[in-house]
Amino acid sequence: MSEPALIVDGLVKRYGATVAVDGLSLTALGGAVTALLGPNGAGKTTTVEICEGYRRPDSGAVRVLGHDPSDHRLRPRVGVMLQSGGVYPGARAGEMLRLVASYAAHPLDVDDLLDVVGLQSVARTTFRRLSGGEKQRLSLAMAIVGRPELVFLDEPTAGLDPQARRSAWSLVEDLRAAGVAVLLTTHYLEEAEHLADHVVIIDHGHVVASGTPSELTAKSTGGLQFRAIPGVDVNDLATTVHAPVIEVSPGFYVVQAPPDPQLLAAVTAWCAKHGILAEDLHVVRRSLEDVFLELTGDSA
Amino acid sequence: MTTLDLTPAPGAAPIARMLAAQTVVELRLLLRRGESFLLLAVIPLLLLVAFSQTSVVDVDEGRRIDFLVPGIIALSVMSTAFTGQAISTGFERQYGVLKRLGATALPRSVLLLAKTLAVFAIEMVQIGLVVAVGFALDWHPHGNPLPVLVLLLLGTVAFSGLGLLIAGTLRAEATLAGANLVYVLLLGIGGVVFPLSKFPDGVRRMSEQLPITALSDGLRAVFRDGGTVSAHDWLVLAGWAVAALTAAAATFRWE
Repeated sequence: MSEPALIVDGLVKRYGATVAVDGLSLTALGGAVTALLGPNGAGKTTTVEICEGYRRPDSGAVRVLGHDPSDHRLRPRVGVMLQSGGVYPGARAGEMLRLVASYAAHPLDVDDLLDVVGLQSVARTTFRRLSGGEKQRLSLAMAIVGRPELVFLDEPTAGLDPQARRSAWSLVEDLRAAGVAVLLTTHYLEEAEHLADHVVIIDHGHVVASGTPSELTAKSTGGLQFRAIPGVDVNDLATTVHAPVIEVSPGFYVVQAPPDPQLLAAVTAWCAKHGILAEDLHVVRRSLEDVFLELTGDSA
Repeated sequence: MTTLDLTPAPGAAPIARMLAAQTVVELRLLLRRGESFLLLAVIPLLLLVAFSQTSVVDVDEGRRIDFLVPGIIALSVMSTAFTGQAISTGFERQYGVLKRLGATALPRSVLLLAKTLAVFAIEMVQIGLVVAVGFALDWHPHGNPLPVLVLLLLGTVAFSGLGLLIAGTLRAEATLAGANLVYVLLLGIGGVVFPLSKFPDGVRRMSEQLPITALSDGLRAVFRDGGTVSAHDWLVLAGWAVAALTAAAATFRWE
């Protein structure tokens, strides 16, 4: 990939006295999934809608496939999934998808796409009678039917049941494999962790952390935990391994330091020296959720 | 398991294909809203039959049916181009349809053109029905069909502009109420079924400046009198068409 599909640099957007986006920067590459992760009201939708050309930034630069977001030439090249709505309430699911397909020069086969997103059985049902999950899936299908290079998905799996979510994820993975650049917003950590090549965590309109899911979790402290006889001298162990050690409950110990091979070796060596059998020794990796909660101060 | 070729292959379809697809869908959606189509098509026909078969209204000159048919044709144009279009566009805006379509390759001008073509198609059906019922009630039209066509076009543009003006600025519910209110009001004082000569001078002078009055009066001048449309009617209708479209274009919010 030479040029990123999307470049956002120092983006600022104010609504009156409220600063919705406050100096946000990110890039999204072709053949990769970039997740904009943040709590509600963090500025995710505002950011995406600026990239989609719906709103003008107050300052900062946005380039979408090398163009200004408002450039009409971008429309066939970019697929958009709004958070809700966007369909004539009286239109049938298949009819609406066929209509959007008719705007494209080389659209996907509408019937195949209806099969893949599981809407074939409701193809003749009007939008207002679809369930919430069916509406979401139709909206996702509308975003990709024109075979775009870049896709913006705003909360693509909100309201989907676990099975439908898995199938939406696999569709996003197929898009990545086909070389499409995907930018999605989500407040599901599991989704970002599972899908994204690059996660941008935002809160109060600015980036609090970004990186691959493994980079983000590695940066934060995890630890080692093991079981042994109760009453081990935790102070001596702590001095030896240069990390705090606590006996959480009798016989259950946690070493609070980033788990690496040296730490593991030091702990087992100390145990061997003192004739202690460390059982059930394992690395505690932090989930993206811990990182997210720590960074955004969310108490959920 | 179906597999899709998701390899990017972006491109916009030819304009003609988009226009055709959009017009067909707009038309189907209009027809599917049976209740409003019924209302918009049936009310004018009921008025035509009721007012021609009773002597509720005293038309000043000529036969009652020759007075009524042009007015009812004008009413049909107003009902579809203004009331129907304002309500549907208002809800499309509320449901984010216009916003969503703005992110597709469909140019806005093509969307508006498709809506206009769908409105014309519906009007043709409505007018066909009115004319058929008119003939059944012994209507004898006169005059040159060319100015009639231009009048219908201008009237459609003026009423579409007004419909889009309120749909593009007010909330959908306010649009619904406003469009129906204006419809009833203009039906009452716009020279559709009640001759303007029956109104007090002040009301009449105001009514003469309305697009519905200019349209029904112009149609009447041709169909009933076999004459020409007055300069006043042309000016009023053209003025409304230009003013409404300009105002709608300047104020329309797609979201």
